[in-house]
Amino acid sequence: MPATRALVLDGVFAFNGVMSDVPPLTALEVTVDGVARATPATPESSLDDLVVAVARNRDRAAFAALFERVAPRLKGYLMRLGAGASHADELTQEVMLLVWRRADAFDPGQARAATWIFTIARNKRIDGIRRARRPEIDPHDPALVPDRPLSADMAIESVEDAARLRTALRDLPPEQADLLRLVYFEDQPHSVIAKTLGLPLGTVKSRLRLAMDRLRRAMGETR
Amino acid sequence: MTLDPKSPAHHPAHHPDEALLLDYAAGSLDEPTSLVIATHLALCPDCRRVVAGHEAVGGVLLEETAPVEPAAGALAALMTLLDEPAAPPPVDASPIPSAPILPRPLRDYVGGDLGAVPWRKLISGIDVHDIVVGSAPNRFKTRLMRIKGGVAVPRHTHEGFELVMVVEGGFSDGGRHYDRGDVTCSDGEVDHSPVADADGGCVCLAVTDAPLRLTGPLMRLLNPFVKF
Repeated sequence: MPATRALVLDGVFAFNGVMSDVPPLTALEVTVDGVARATPATPESSLDDLVVAVARNRDRAAFAALFERVAPRLKGYLMRLGAGASHADELTQEVMLLVWRRADAFDPGQARAATWIFTIARNKRIDGIRRARRPEIDPHDPALVPDRPLSADMAIESVEDAARLRTALRDLPPEQADLLRLVYFEDQPHSVIAKTLGLPLGTVKSRLRLAMDRLRRAMGETR
Repeated sequence: MTLDPKSPAHHPAHHPDEALLLDYAAGSLDEPTSLVIATHLALCPDCRRVVAGHEAVGGVLLEETAPVEPAAGALAALMTLLDEPAAPPPVDASPIPSAPILPRPLRDYVGGDLGAVPWRKLISGIDVHDIVVGSAPNRFKTRLMRIKGGVAVPRHTHEGFELVMVVEGGFSDGGRHYDRGDVTCSDGEVDHSPVADADGGCVCLAVTDAPLRLTGPLMRLLNPFVKF
C-alpha cells in the first residue's frame, strides 16, 4: 500500500491522503516582474512556498491554491471538533483570512506551514466553538526567558521531519494512536478522556508520553 | 545556564506533566489551567520546545484530516474580503513595565504587574487575589497567593487537582524546593503543607478544580469557615 494514500486506521480518524497530494502551482515559479522568487515547489514543500508567496507578493493565485488545498482539511477539522457545516465554513473563512493577513509572521525556518496553520485553526476554534480565550506567551515580553541557543540540526521543524513524523504516527501502537487523536480531536483534556474511557489517569499519561517519545525520536530529538 | 533562581535567565527545574503540555498544544485544555501552562512557558524555553513538537504533530494531523468540501462560492467570497482592512488591534492601554515580575499572559489577566495586585488577607501570613478567568462561572478557582517568609500553608489535601507555579521567591514541600517558574501538580493523593522560603516568602499562581480540605487536627475544625 502506498504510504500516503487512503488508509483508514481506526474509527476515530480517517487518513485520506495529505494536502500535498495536489500538484504544486507552476505560476509560483515566476512572479509578475519575471524574477524567480520561489523555488519550484515539490509536493512536500509547496504549502510553505505558497504561504511565503502570499507574504512576499500578496500573491492571490498562491492564496487561492492554498485555499484549495487547506480549506477542506480545516473544515473537516472544525467539524470534527463540533462545528456544524455552515459554522465550520465561517470559521474556515476566518482562519484563511488570518493566514492572508499574518503570512508575514510565518517563518519557514521555525515550523512548517501546516503546523503554523494548525495553530491558527486551533486558536480560532477555541475562540469560535468553545468561546474561551487562549492564554499565550508574548515573544516580545521583557519577562520572557529567552530560548537556549540550539545547534543547527535541532533548530527547525523540517519537511523531512514531517515525512518521518507521518510514518511514525502510522506505526504507533493502536492504543497510543487512539489516545493521541482523542486529545487533538475531542476538545477534552487527557484527565477527562481517562474518565470517559474508564482508564487510570497514570495509564493515559504514560501512553501519551510513550507516543510522544516515539514521535520525537522520529523528528530526531529527545526530551 | 545559571543556577541563581533570582537571575532573569534562570530556567525552571520542575515542569508540568507532558500530558498537560500536550493538552495545551492540542487546544483541549481549559482556560484556567492553560493560563498556568502559558505562564510557565514564558519562563521555560525547554517546555516551549516540547510544545512546538506537539504542534508539529497537530500540523500533520490537520493535513491528514478527512477533507470536507467547503460551501459553493466560499473561495470567491473570501477573495472579495482580502482587500478589506483588518480591524485595528486592540489598543494596549497598560504600558509594558521595564522588568516585569509577572510574565504575559498572567500580567494581562491580573491587569498589571505584581505591584498592582489588590491583595486580601486570607489568614495570618497568607494573602490571596482571585483572578477572573473566563466569562462564565466554572469549577476552577484561579488565584495568586502571597505567603510570608517561613510561613507554612495549613496542612491540606485536595478533592480535585491543584496546579501551582512559583511566580516570585520559592517554597519547599515534601523535601523538594520550588523556585520561580517551577510547577507542581497535586491531586487527592497528596496531603501536604508547603513552607515559603524564609528569605522573602513566595508568590504563587494556583489553579484548583475543587475546594481543598484542611487536614491538620485544628484546621479540620476551621474547614467550614476558611474558604480556600
